[in-house]
Amino acid sequence: MFDYDVIIIGGGVAGSASARELSRYKVKACVIEKEEDVCCGTSKANSAIVHAGYDAAQGSLMAKLNVRGNQMMEELSKELDFPFKKNGSLVVCLHEEDMPNLQALYDRGVANGVKELRILSREEVLEMEPNLSDEVYAALYAPTAGIVCPFHLNIALAENANMNGVEFKFNTEVHDIKKIDGGYELITNQGVYRTKYVVNAAGVYADEIHNMVSERKIHITARRGDYCLLDKSTGNHVKKTIFALPGKYGKGVLVAPTIHGNLIVGPTAIDVEDKEGTNTTRAGIDELIQKAGMNVKNLPMRQVITSFAGLRAHEDHHEFIIGEVEDAEGFIDCAGIESPGLTSCPAIGEMVADIVSEKMQLEKKDNFIARRKGILNPDTLSKEERADLIKKNPAYGNIICRCEMVTEGEILDAIHRPLGAKSLDGVKRRTRAGMGRCQAGFCSPRTMEILARECNMSMFDITKSGGNSKIVVGTNKDTLGKGMLK
Amino acid sequence: MKQYDIVIIGGGPAGLAAAVSAKKSGVDSILILERDKELGGILNQCIHNGFGLHTFKEELTGPEYAGRFIDQAEELQIEYKLNTMVMDIRADKVVTAMNSADGLFEIQAKAIVLAMGCRERSRGALNIPGYRPSGIFSAGTAQRLVNMEGYLPGREVVILGSGDIGLIMARRMTFEGAKVKVVAELMPYSGGLKRNIVQCLDDYGIPLKLSHTVVDIKGKERVEGVTLAEVDSKGKPIPGTEEYYSCDTLLLSVGLIPENELSGGMGVEMNPVTSGPKVNESLETNIEGVFACGNVLHVHDLVDFVSEEAAAAGKNAAAYVKAGAEKRKGGKEIMLKAVDGVRYTVPVAINPERMEETVTVRFRVGNVYKNCYICVYLGEERVLHRKRQIMAPGEMEEIKLTKEQLLQYADLKEITVKIEEA
Amino acid sequence: MEERNLTCISCPMGCPLTVVLNDQEVVSVSGNTCKRGDIYARKEVTNPTRIVTTTVRVEDGSADMVSVKTKEDVPKGKIFECVEALKNVTVKAPVHIGDVIVSNVAGTGVDIVATKNVK
Repeated sequence: MFDYDVIIIGGGVAGSASARELSRYKVKACVIEKEEDVCCGTSKANSAIVHAGYDAAQGSLMAKLNVRGNQMMEELSKELDFPFKKNGSLVVCLHEEDMPNLQALYDRGVANGVKELRILSREEVLEMEPNLSDEVYAALYAPTAGIVCPFHLNIALAENANMNGVEFKFNTEVHDIKKIDGGYELITNQGVYRTKYVVNAAGVYADEIHNMVSERKIHITARRGDYCLLDKSTGNHVKKTIFALPGKYGKGVLVAPTIHGNLIVGPTAIDVEDKEGTNTTRAGIDELIQKAGMNVKNLPMRQVITSFAGLRAHEDHHEFIIGEVEDAEGFIDCAGIESPGLTSCPAIGEMVADIVSEKMQLEKKDNFIARRKGILNPDTLSKEERADLIKKNPAYGNIICRCEMVTEGEILDAIHRPLGAKSLDGVKRRTRAGMGRCQAGFCSPRTMEILARECNMSMFDITKSGGNSKIVVGTNKDTLGKGMLK
Repeated sequence: MKQYDIVIIGGGPAGLAAAVSAKKSGVDSILILERDKELGGILNQCIHNGFGLHTFKEELTGPEYAGRFIDQAEELQIEYKLNTMVMDIRADKVVTAMNSADGLFEIQAKAIVLAMGCRERSRGALNIPGYRPSGIFSAGTAQRLVNMEGYLPGREVVILGSGDIGLIMARRMTFEGAKVKVVAELMPYSGGLKRNIVQCLDDYGIPLKLSHTVVDIKGKERVEGVTLAEVDSKGKPIPGTEEYYSCDTLLLSVGLIPENELSGGMGVEMNPVTSGPKVNESLETNIEGVFACGNVLHVHDLVDFVSEEAAAAGKNAAAYVKAGAEKRKGGKEIMLKAVDGVRYTVPVAINPERMEETVTVRFRVGNVYKNCYICVYLGEERVLHRKRQIMAPGEMEEIKLTKEQLLQYADLKEITVKIEEA
Repeated sequence: MEERNLTCISCPMGCPLTVVLNDQEVVSVSGNTCKRGDIYARKEVTNPTRIVTTTVRVEDGSADMVSVKTKEDVPKGKIFECVEALKNVTVKAPVHIGDVIVSNVAGTGVDIVATKNVK
């Protein structure tokens, strides 16, 4: 009478990590996601930072999972083949009078279990990062901080979960949840699903999902962060992630290299009503341009290739809520996953799986596949290997995205692998085609052709990111001859 | 490793004209590397007429203009590879390229002509706020979809930017059944040709709003509308002037950027004003035997001038291959200085000993100038004072300097090009 | 007497031209700063013409569309009729530059010709 043992609501990093960890066990699980792909909410638009763990309050779950997630990330990146680099971070202190705050951060980091923290003098900092502001007084150096590709991390977790038997249902939105005997009934736009357990990893919607089953209401605010992404020619402006000393709203504006060699500047922190309100504003972008310049000098803001906004799922108490809901047995919250959620996700997945497996008395599988191979990046090959690859598969000799040098071979892989890409953004997040300096101007018509051919779709059904985000709406002259022109 | 005398990067109008000219100058071993599936470059999607008045004394469409040069290249049996991406060029002129048939391969060239063209500025470069739905296209992407593939990207269109591609696309979209509601231009003047404003907008009653920009994009999945606002003299939107246009498409025609990632990678010095290489009178970059022409060097207004410039680059590359580096030594370079309204010059330096009888200096002005003079100073002396009724940033200007003239000044250190008022 | 306002397209100056007409006859042109403006204005008010460029679909070719144009200028008022006449026109590859796609389009006496080679 149950369709699944566990349904995980949400295919972001928290849901996907939970799915992957649960897939170690003998369990019938399914992830339902309202968008057309995984990694479409908070997980797709953030700083892409693996935080060291000195920010979160001492003794909090956030602190514990941040430090643990940080420790797990490197091993996980090898296991699941996604790009990760420990580039280290600096929290920049500009004024002597702010030193107690920097010291407090250091102390909290040590208490949280962050290793190798050091406070550097002005001279040491400037030697490390010559493009920092001339006013720098000191900085907190965290060598364990890193950068990651959030898309690849999320997609790798989901793919691996899928390889290990977890189903994924896309374009499936939960409208209501009813408690039934021994479990829950999820009423969605795609029908009704019955499950013994629910994991609520619904990001900015986790409060709405939670409040469907519990009288102990929670509240989550969508806190928007605007970002600017700069051209790869600027990727070396700083080598480490540069934070400002935290203020009232989160971590302030950071400047960091991305794992793919761009430079990212952001985020702002603006509370918004609309849980889909990912629109940037002029004020937001102006604010971050101004703030970023405070810690890093000569920022080449003319080299911006795109700006975007993401929404953090800010819970009123600024704490991760992970665990069975007190008045809803079998309903496990994984809510309030804002920064450092990306860093923490490996540990979040582990914790969720522990809770569920213990409750359900699950047994481990003996055929769990821990390793997953990512999409081959031909740049990592030697010239000989690359020539060989093209001989075997000529699609790897055909460049589709000129800016990021993405080949047809990589795009075909992205489409045909488990949970493959179905849209331009799906291809973009998996291969970087369209993510470069021309922002898909050249490659989108060609990627559309490939998608249409490989997925047996009409060009009219190809979308940017599912739903109504169609790219072309008709053919030349199709409305002519109806007296519309004169 | 295969060897060629001249390798030309790009088979658009610049690459083709350079190849034809180099071949006619007596070099046989020439290879064009083109990343698209056919020669002709962006001209293939520019199906409107108006090309070739200078070169062929008749008005051709883009594909016809390209066709003339492709025919010449075929007749001269110039080698080319299509669908071939150049991955890297080294300063020692080893070109690494890739395609499906040949795989990854290297070519040693004696001379290289850079003719990669340009790309369009994207929304991101402008920091236009709002959502990021589908339905936002650069004008060139829309042009490709409509003209090459026959697909309409939208039915109700707002265009930002009144560069020529944006104006041309306003008419194209109208012909194919879309409604173009308005063209907004940030500057107080249009960057496009007057002819295009009249024949692409006025003819169809499409309003052009100068000193306006997009301040918001509405629509989470597909564009539902955009808000325009008037801007002040610094380009900042003026509160209270917002006006909403419902539409499903926003086309951007907001400038072109030379594609110099390969040039930068091999160590070619760039001019920050043009985003193209700094070249001398031979259109040669700081790397000996590496030449540049067309839109990769600086963005042109008319393709005829691209062809003319590229022919010079091809000829110079041929001369370099034939003479060898040694014979071209001697003399010294005089720097050109662009001031008082002249934004840049191409070339940036001239060696009078090495130059041909005349050299063309091309430049653009930074503002609209009426009844002003183009002036050239050799040292302190003004040698040119040419009245121009009108000059605008959208149009390229040119002057010619002669060898004879330059050699008269023994200790010439600097050539100044400037705009003077009456 | 009728007055018509035009923008001169002869140079970037874009002079605002005023043409006074008396029953199709040009009485005067003003606003121009040079002779070219006068010539342009007289032609534009008495017999405005344009080259029309668009595309038609290709079957079995190396490309899906081929670009076409009116071989000569057509009256401005006939532009949309010319475009509409091409709505359901398809041609079979190969197509060569100059091939007549539609003759005497929209009764203008002008042919539509291909402007691109498609194999």
